[in-house]
Amino acid sequence: MNNVYRLRRLLGRAGAYLAALAVFVFAVFPVYWVLATALRPTGEIFTREPTLFPREITFEHFERVLSGVLIPGTSFWSFLSNSLVVTVGSVAFTALLALLAAIAVARFKFKLRSAFIIMLLVIQMVPVEALIISLFINFFHLGNALDLELVGNLSGVFVIYVAVSLPITILMIRNFVSAVPKELEEAAAIDGASGWTIFWRIMMPLVAPGLAAASIFAFITAWNEFLVAFTFLQNNTGAYTLPISLQYYFGAVSIEWGSIMAASTLLTVPVMVFFLFVQRRMVSGLTMGAVKG
Amino acid sequence: MTQTLERPTEPEAERPGRRSGLSRRTRLRLVPYLLILPALTVLAVVLLWPIGQMLWISLHDYGLQQLRGQEADWNNFGHYAYVLTDERFWSVFRNTIIVCLSMVVLTMVLGTLVGILMHKLPKWASTTLGLGLMLAWATPVISAAIVYRWLFDTRYGLVNTILESLPTWLVGADWNEFNWFNSPQTLFPILVITVVWQSFPFVAISVLAGLKSIPNELYEAARIDGATAWRSFWNVTFPMLRPLFALLLILQVIWDFRIFTQLFILAGGITNRDIHLIPTYIFQLGFASTPPNYGMGSAIAVIMTVLVLVISAYYLRAMIRQEEAR
Repeated sequence: MNNVYRLRRLLGRAGAYLAALAVFVFAVFPVYWVLATALRPTGEIFTREPTLFPREITFEHFERVLSGVLIPGTSFWSFLSNSLVVTVGSVAFTALLALLAAIAVARFKFKLRSAFIIMLLVIQMVPVEALIISLFINFFHLGNALDLELVGNLSGVFVIYVAVSLPITILMIRNFVSAVPKELEEAAAIDGASGWTIFWRIMMPLVAPGLAAASIFAFITAWNEFLVAFTFLQNNTGAYTLPISLQYYFGAVSIEWGSIMAASTLLTVPVMVFFLFVQRRMVSGLTMGAVKG
Repeated sequence: MTQTLERPTEPEAERPGRRSGLSRRTRLRLVPYLLILPALTVLAVVLLWPIGQMLWISLHDYGLQQLRGQEADWNNFGHYAYVLTDERFWSVFRNTIIVCLSMVVLTMVLGTLVGILMHKLPKWASTTLGLGLMLAWATPVISAAIVYRWLFDTRYGLVNTILESLPTWLVGADWNEFNWFNSPQTLFPILVITVVWQSFPFVAISVLAGLKSIPNELYEAARIDGATAWRSFWNVTFPMLRPLFALLLILQVIWDFRIFTQLFILAGGITNRDIHLIPTYIFQLGFASTPPNYGMGSAIAVIMTVLVLVISAYYLRAMIRQEEAR
């Protein structure tokens, strides 16, 4: 009896490890395959007998991507700088606007407060995929009216990224501002600190982690964004961001998988790094309130 | 260009203005409005206004000429009448529902099982697996789509090579040049795998976090009562984590309903008539048809938005209640 029980336990444990191994391979293999393809010579890619591990490691694809001209008149560096400008810029802008709004919502009672919050909750549900036509038309007309070019270059994309990440950013930062004990501010005020000092010395240090998490969240969203950039930049290859430049390869007669995988790796690395920082908060931020504790 | 931009209305913020003679109280009352004003302006111009415009366009004949400034004619719900009786729309709609449901069910089941598995594993194994999951989760959507396209590539893809090398009685023959991306029957399953691969880690890690919050005594009590793993899941885990499951389910439905990039990459654009989901269909009507039919695209966009809002109503209600309780 005892032996049967032990055997079952042992089998159960072996099964658990096997299942874990299978899940691990399922999750990691495609990521590995990107790297393995990016690092092997072209001859090893276009073969009917691919090997699991590259027989030879080469950086030729990375060199091609970094130095080569992918689309006439552009380079990887122009895509990278476009991506950086539009993501870093929009994230900084979002963080600033969101911080101001979050302070208003967390620290003041005012008439439109709940209306504002409900609007944020509802508006973040409206899919950009549905809005894309009217966004395009809106910016086309806005550009005409203001005599600016908003369609076909990065400025329209920039503003849309700000707007799209604002609601969730405001709500996330709001939680951090609310968590700052009011007594702390009051004590500082009694000690004669000005509003500005209270903000910088007491509020900011406590809100900064939330601001950072929300910013990284917004960064990842903008960095990966495809549809808006693709719709707005279609004809202007000079303004392409990295994700859009990646899809351009598929128009070619024969697809250069080595270069694509190298470029894809370069696109992925910054996201992975940031992801490690906010992984915990991603879960708690998205499932806010559903898990107690 | 007849439309004017709507300024967000803030009676209290605008009426008194910024005169110097204001009392301290009035100025203090203005502060929150001034603080939300920049965010509100951006949201109004970039999201609220286009939402209204989407409704308006969907009710008018709206194409290239109208984009360039010609007056748009009211068409008396014509787009809606057309769309709702259009066979093509319904086939796209049906595909969207089937694909979306498959993704959601697979993601939830796999994610939950992996979450439970991680809870049972010793710490080192669970952490290692968690790191692996994170790699899949953190991969940019476009990179994920591209690598799956490469894995299933017609000529040099790993999948076809493996299938070709397996015995014929098991998997059939002629995998050598098999094209997975031409027909909905083979493309949509790959799309489902691509999306599930990226979304089950989030479910797994959320479920793991939830499981950690359930007191162990409950499971011990269940075990003493002789409950199997299956029964203790349905009698202990599920009721305890019901709010979490509800939320995860809604989020997954909403996310999977919006799939665009992966399909665009896997199908190599949106030219294949048979391979469409609602988001790509909207895009095609707006930007890849000659002439573009913004009116019709907007009507479908309105339908999509209404569906998403209905699906998320439970979530929204819960969130709004939580706000009121604050």
